[in-house]
Amino acid sequence: MENANVLEDRKEFIYEKRDGCGGNGMKCDANSVSGSVSQRACVYCGARVVLNPITDAFHIVHGPIGCASYTWDIRGSLSSGEELYRNSFSTDLREPDIIFGGEKRLTLAIEEIAEKHHPKLIFVYATCIVGVIGDDVNAVCKTMSEKYDMRVIPVKSPGFSGNKSVGYKMACNAIMELIACHNPKKRKGVNILGDFNLAGEMWIIKDYLNKIGIPVVSTFTGDSSYETLIEAPAAQLNIVQCAGSSTYLANRMEEEMNIPYIKVSFFGIEDTTSSLIRIAEALGDREARQKAIDFTQAETEKLQSFLKQYRRNLEGKKAAIYVGGGFKAISLIRQFESMGMETVVVGTQTGKKDDYEVIESLVGENTVILDDATPAELEKFMKEKGADILVGGVKERPLAYKLGIAFCDHNHERKHPLCGFDGVINFTKEINSSMNNPVWTYIQAEL
Amino acid sequence: MLDYTKKEPYERTALRVNPAKTCQPVGAMYAALGVHECLPHSHGSQGCCAFHRMFLTRHFKDPAMAASSSFTEGASVFGGGSNLRTAAKNIFEIYNPKIIAVHTTCLSETIGDDLNEIIKSIDIPEGKFIVHTNTPSYKGSHITGFSNMVGSFISYLSVKTGKSNGKTALIPGFVNPGDMREMKKIARQMKVPFTMLPDTSGVMDSPMTGKFEMYPKGGTTVEEVIELGDCDQTLAIGKFSSEWGGQTLQKKCDVPYKLLSMPIGITQTDNFVMALQSISKAEVPYELEEERGQLVDILIDIHPYTYNKKVAIYGDPDTVIGLTEFVLEMGMIPKYVLTGTPGEAFENEVKGLFEKYGMKDCQVKAYGDLYELHQWIKNEGVDLLIGGTHGKHIARAEDIPFIRAGFPIIDRYVHSYMPLVGYKGGMRLAELITNALMDRQDRDSLEEDFEMVM
Repeated sequence: MENANVLEDRKEFIYEKRDGCGGNGMKCDANSVSGSVSQRACVYCGARVVLNPITDAFHIVHGPIGCASYTWDIRGSLSSGEELYRNSFSTDLREPDIIFGGEKRLTLAIEEIAEKHHPKLIFVYATCIVGVIGDDVNAVCKTMSEKYDMRVIPVKSPGFSGNKSVGYKMACNAIMELIACHNPKKRKGVNILGDFNLAGEMWIIKDYLNKIGIPVVSTFTGDSSYETLIEAPAAQLNIVQCAGSSTYLANRMEEEMNIPYIKVSFFGIEDTTSSLIRIAEALGDREARQKAIDFTQAETEKLQSFLKQYRRNLEGKKAAIYVGGGFKAISLIRQFESMGMETVVVGTQTGKKDDYEVIESLVGENTVILDDATPAELEKFMKEKGADILVGGVKERPLAYKLGIAFCDHNHERKHPLCGFDGVINFTKEINSSMNNPVWTYIQAEL
Repeated sequence: MLDYTKKEPYERTALRVNPAKTCQPVGAMYAALGVHECLPHSHGSQGCCAFHRMFLTRHFKDPAMAASSSFTEGASVFGGGSNLRTAAKNIFEIYNPKIIAVHTTCLSETIGDDLNEIIKSIDIPEGKFIVHTNTPSYKGSHITGFSNMVGSFISYLSVKTGKSNGKTALIPGFVNPGDMREMKKIARQMKVPFTMLPDTSGVMDSPMTGKFEMYPKGGTTVEEVIELGDCDQTLAIGKFSSEWGGQTLQKKCDVPYKLLSMPIGITQTDNFVMALQSISKAEVPYELEEERGQLVDILIDIHPYTYNKKVAIYGDPDTVIGLTEFVLEMGMIPKYVLTGTPGEAFENEVKGLFEKYGMKDCQVKAYGDLYELHQWIKNEGVDLLIGGTHGKHIARAEDIPFIRAGFPIIDRYVHSYMPLVGYKGGMRLAELITNALMDRQDRDSLEEDFEMVM
């Protein structure tokens, strides 16, 4: 499309829905353009965000200090038990290590943990620099595993080896390495994949499943621990919430452990309802299915008067969405629609082609759809389309505020759970309170 | 929260736990944001740039714009030259900055990209500039990166024409925009014409206009950086963050520099004012004397609450040295003083302060981490903790009052607008410290000891 503010190389990543022209030609799942102010992160970041919520693991970042310090307690994922994962461990590589190699330092670091804390599980993240200086992280991990009789699992995540979604894959590989050698007896229940217990969302989902009589075997990786993770092969079904990060793991578990999976979403009434029913159906559990129908109907009814009360504040307003994965964007579009709001800009960092096809089918005419957007693009399209609120992550917040646009964090920094029926209440309240806050009226006022 | 922290000390040589520092590029990015119409550029993989922008955004609650070379596997094998050339072309075309400030990352440093050569091969548009600095993440800390970037702006741009512009170069160190504004206010009060480099005021604390400005009004202009070569002298604030800039300007343009401590507290603010006075010979205006008098008055009022209270302070070296001296002036005991930035000079300087104020049994460490600080506190507790957000776990675990000062503060608002430096900064610190201690006294007092008037 024609835009003065859009890099030539970026144009194929942006698409405006118009009559008759399909957006299937839109480019996505590619590397960012050099020089672009991208909102994206790297392979290591992708791996870290997936694995970090494992609460009792030592997450050692093998590299210079930055990678560890920026991801220290990165997710805001909550724990019902151990708090170890909220610390920051690093080999803090220095110049001599770069010259002579960092294997010795890594070995020492693992030993310093092993001898003092006797852990069950350590992840070692190999960062950019480790990929370049060629440390044999696998060998160190293997030796240490044997020496101390603990699991030391390498996570191959040099930042340059792709983009964030490659990091997800590396994290999934690490998880497979952890669980594949366990063979617990099959039992009724599901694994939840791709939920990180942000603001305690996992607890809500577990509670719903409990209410309809479906046990949860393992959770990846929100509020998980070594002992719960290795039970995962016992489950009958995997349910995949964050598709971007966890579909790969689900596929591997299906192939190697014979556990089928379905993709679910618990954002919004519509998706929560259909997900619960579909889980029961996938398990062939008729009783659970009926319970799911009854439960979701009751919850939906309970919400009606609440939603009605807010609807007059929200109706006709316009939303912009810029989130990590495509699946979340899809849920959000539906959720806004049910609130009487229209989505006018929608973008993701790591959406796939089929995500964008669904997005296109959901949004109205003239909605801008974009992949790996830059701040300049977000600014341009939000202004052009007259968005009243942006749903995004940490880097998008000040951008929206500077434009005088309301904001809701649907990323690591969400302050209350946004999933399930409880989440509908929180989300609606937050959208309303940001958008209809009196603070916006001062912006244009003259002194 | 940090239950796993062991009380008994144990030898760690390789494992860093809960760092009190971060890596060079974020410091370089911050410095570059202090030049007007400058787009910082991170030469490495995408994650670094995204992390640094996120880190700065979380501290300042303002957008931190920067571009990345977006290295892929190819770049890390064949070098990042073509990435940077493409990046420069794209950046000038779309974001149209006056200047691009490139900093390296551990990746581009290690594969050995020669930034001088690459930049020479770039066709830079008329009137535009590209500068670079080397910021290997495995050396120094973010403070080193800040200092390197300041030095590079000078060595690339500053020119001596031989004709003095009558100004003083003021290098403020790695501080908040609020601090920079306070230092500028004092320099103006002391009638010293100056150029501050970098100057993030107006950039990272820019006002709400309803528009997103890629390049907000603030920042040192490129012309001003060029003209630094004609300054009469430099005041370099903070050995760790500013001396390199002072040295570079001296070496390149013969501008002598004077090194000052961060003007936190009475003594160092006095020194700052005196240094300005020795330049302008102006009288100290009554407003400044009045502020000083107010600060002293406040310290007298609060001394029964602060005297002999034990404090642990951690963070960036120049700021921590300043805070240490100020708590000593208040009659407090800086029991533990720690920075993550390596450098013996830090320990020597703090030991000098201990000695000057007759402090025994106080500990100082450079190149330490917060795990170690936590261990010290477990062995002998303190009454107050001062530092950036990451100390909140320790404060909670050990139930210690905590005030946030320094970098990064990612769980509170407004701090970046408020100075720690100058007499005004002293008043603010005094208020924060006393309130924290008195809130604690209120909280802990028995029903019969609970007082309305304190």
